[in-house]
Amino acid sequence: MPDGGALPPLAARAGPLRAISGALHGRRALALLLLLAPPLLWFGVVYLGSLLALVWQSGYTFDAFSMSVTPARTWANYRALLEAANLDVVLRTLGMAGAVTIACALLAFPVAYYMARHATGALKGFLYVAVMLPMWASYIVKAYAWTVILAKGGLVYWVVEKLGLLAPLEWALSLPVVGGSSLSTSNLGRFLVFTYVWLPFMILPTHAAIERVPESLLQASADLGARPAQTFRRVLLPLAFPGVVAGSIFTFSLTLGDYIIPQLVGPPGLYVGSMVYTLQGSVGNVPLAAAFTVVPILIVGAYLVLARRLGAFDAL
Amino acid sequence: MSTAVELVEVSRHYGAVRAVDRVSLAIEDGEFFSMLGPSGSGKTTCLRLVAGFEPPSAGRILLHGEDASRRPPYERDVNTVFQDYALFPHLTVMENVAYGLAVRGVPRRERERQAGAALEQVALPGYGARRPGQLSGGQRQRVALARALVNRPRVLLLDEPLGALDLKLREQMQVELKGLQRRLGITFVYVTHDQGEALSMSDRVAVFHRGRIEQVDTPRALYARPRTVFVAGFVGTANVIDGALARRVAGGARPVSVRPEHIRLGEPREGEVGVTGRLVDVQFHGPTSRWEVDVEGTLLTVSVPGLDGELPRPGAGAPVGLAWPRAAMVELEPAA
Amino acid sequence: MRSDAPARAPAPWWLRALAWGVVAFLHLPIVVVAIYAFNTEESAFSFPPKGFTLRWFAAAAERADLLQAVFLSARVALVATAVALVLGTLAALALARGRFPGRDACTLVFVLPIALPGIITGIALLSAFRIGGVDPGFSTIAVGHATFCVVVVYNNVVARLRRLPPSLVEASMDLGADAFQTFRRVVLPQLATALLAGGILAFGLSFDEIIVTTFTAGHEQTLPIWLLGQLGRPRDVPVTNVVALAVMLATALPILSAWWLTRGTEDVTGLGR
Repeated sequence: MPDGGALPPLAARAGPLRAISGALHGRRALALLLLLAPPLLWFGVVYLGSLLALVWQSGYTFDAFSMSVTPARTWANYRALLEAANLDVVLRTLGMAGAVTIACALLAFPVAYYMARHATGALKGFLYVAVMLPMWASYIVKAYAWTVILAKGGLVYWVVEKLGLLAPLEWALSLPVVGGSSLSTSNLGRFLVFTYVWLPFMILPTHAAIERVPESLLQASADLGARPAQTFRRVLLPLAFPGVVAGSIFTFSLTLGDYIIPQLVGPPGLYVGSMVYTLQGSVGNVPLAAAFTVVPILIVGAYLVLARRLGAFDAL
Repeated sequence: MSTAVELVEVSRHYGAVRAVDRVSLAIEDGEFFSMLGPSGSGKTTCLRLVAGFEPPSAGRILLHGEDASRRPPYERDVNTVFQDYALFPHLTVMENVAYGLAVRGVPRRERERQAGAALEQVALPGYGARRPGQLSGGQRQRVALARALVNRPRVLLLDEPLGALDLKLREQMQVELKGLQRRLGITFVYVTHDQGEALSMSDRVAVFHRGRIEQVDTPRALYARPRTVFVAGFVGTANVIDGALARRVAGGARPVSVRPEHIRLGEPREGEVGVTGRLVDVQFHGPTSRWEVDVEGTLLTVSVPGLDGELPRPGAGAPVGLAWPRAAMVELEPAA
Repeated sequence: MRSDAPARAPAPWWLRALAWGVVAFLHLPIVVVAIYAFNTEESAFSFPPKGFTLRWFAAAAERADLLQAVFLSARVALVATAVALVLGTLAALALARGRFPGRDACTLVFVLPIALPGIITGIALLSAFRIGGVDPGFSTIAVGHATFCVVVVYNNVVARLRRLPPSLVEASMDLGADAFQTFRRVVLPQLATALLAGGILAFGLSFDEIIVTTFTAGHEQTLPIWLLGQLGRPRDVPVTNVVALAVMLATALPILSAWWLTRGTEDVTGLGR
């Protein structure tokens, strides 16, 4: 063993940090508390606090004449939500959110399945990046790009004309709910853009869930006599479902709260997001805006509880 | 000789689980002391209590006479060699070995000198620039050893350090570790589930079972005079005779243990007891064969010396006569 | 599928077509923007593009309001990332191992700013600022961004921490290092890639964020807000195209490096936007 040069005694490094470390040793709860204090304080005050303040404000009164808010408690804002016009807004938003979620699920599954079960090595990495990059590309750039693509002289119309599909497109645009005067002012167009923007959020959790299904389960199913379609339906689909639910949290919640895409693409007609924005902005009717936000809070909250029950949180 | 490590009525609970249950132990300075037992018996937890990674739920831990129960690991004059070696992957071998010195503020040149010497001690001279990821299992184990020893601790704790090595390497390392301990004169506290390892290397062994120590003794004494049923069965192979058969051969109510090599085939002579049973199985083990004989419901294992073919081998079910000296029977504590 | 079939059977043609079709769909707008950025024609909605030019890039570089927006976005992102790194790491250190009552609740709280729609976070923060008498400006934008960037850092660091063998920390303490020395010498180097990846992602998230920012920004313009404003100016379309392309390229590089750093794990996407 090395000799010569005595070793400094163990307690050589004294100091405030060591004293703190010693005080915390064995006191796990205290150390935990100290670590969590800054983030929890921040979130408690900044985020939860403002959320609570917002919900609290939904009970305030808005005087339409003086355009001012008073702390007088009232249920008027919630009653206003049930008025036809406002209810329309909520239902319109919910309808689109649902449609987009379904479309994303249908489109995402083939990609996720292919990535998980058929792509290997470099190809898999490539596909992963290919899905991830558009997700991180600027939201507003993507929305803007679609206004360009859907415009009358733009790409889609050019392709449609070249393929001679103008007549079917006109027919689709003439349908009551879905259509509009042109693609970029129709619900169809809006639906397309929403689906596009949230698609990667559905692909990635679905892919993760499918990846987690062990190959041995599928082989066991085949071994027991199931044809590929049956194995898919009875084994893979139920196990991959939580991933789809996890992805749907995003597509649903993000559509529910968006006010920019409805503004850029689609027919006039307010969404919950736009209601909130305009109400608190120029009008200054914060209480009603707050009441409107309670709608997505409750819906997303209920959705999260449901999703948790379906196992989506493990897929996240 | 002074006591290096002492555990006084130490317990460690996790909720309702008692990992260590009122263990008392005194390890002498300069001893090679092993803690032996199956997994979950509490031996590793005991080691961790001595190292300071966990606090005792009850009892005291004394290091060289001082109560260290509440002291953090960095304030104990004890170093550990971990089962997974725990080498820092982002540091070179030299930086790993010199870590304890760096933390204490020893200047660079002196650190490297001492670390270099430590590496030579474990037969890895010149490996300083490599990274742990580039080393084999055996080499990593040596680095972990050097890293612990460079701090010149008074007690070295080793947590199943040879578990991941293959047989030949393990046997080689056992010899080296024993030699190292002798040369350095440090107290070694060695945890293992391999009774052969414990018996061959240690001055004394503590046998752990379900959180308690069943026996602390020298290897010879453990083998020749086990105190409990568990120790008899865990340390070497034993035939534990219980109940009616025990009353007949030993004359008492307590169970007794007989080692397979003390039993022979044939009729009892002066000072021996005899039983008859039926042959169940014969296994060839090189210089000996193991005969399994069913005696009134108890399966006895007999170690029969001699090369295969010399002895006439009866078929399964044939009656066999066994005999052993009375003195070879060891009385055990009744099963708890 | 027979039981002895190879693990990766070739995919049926229609599955491959569908999968690649969707991937192509994902990249369509990006390619379109890229094409239009070089278009000579001023009314850039027309397709096919009329010619190739680089002059819009020069025009963009001269726009003062654009440059201001870029700098603001960058400054906000830096501050938000710094705060998120600290808070996210602290939270991850506390929650990575060990169960205790309220642990799941804590994780949920950190996730909420991203899980709940942006307008909720936006209006909640705005009304809180109003009540508190704080004028919307740089700090309000940064505070909002930091809040939802925390979870991105948290996910990356937690994933890395969970793969860190506890014996490393014990070994360090065994060799004489206290908690702080151990953190500095052993834990932090191991976290380096996770922190870098989380920081990059947080930066990207903050740089791109628009919905919450429109509530908390007051009169300030971050780059996304600038872009939003541009959408109402059809004559500015060529410059908008150029900026759009530049933004996408600028964000692609860091995102790719963040992915590269955390390859082989599922850290990167964790609830990122």
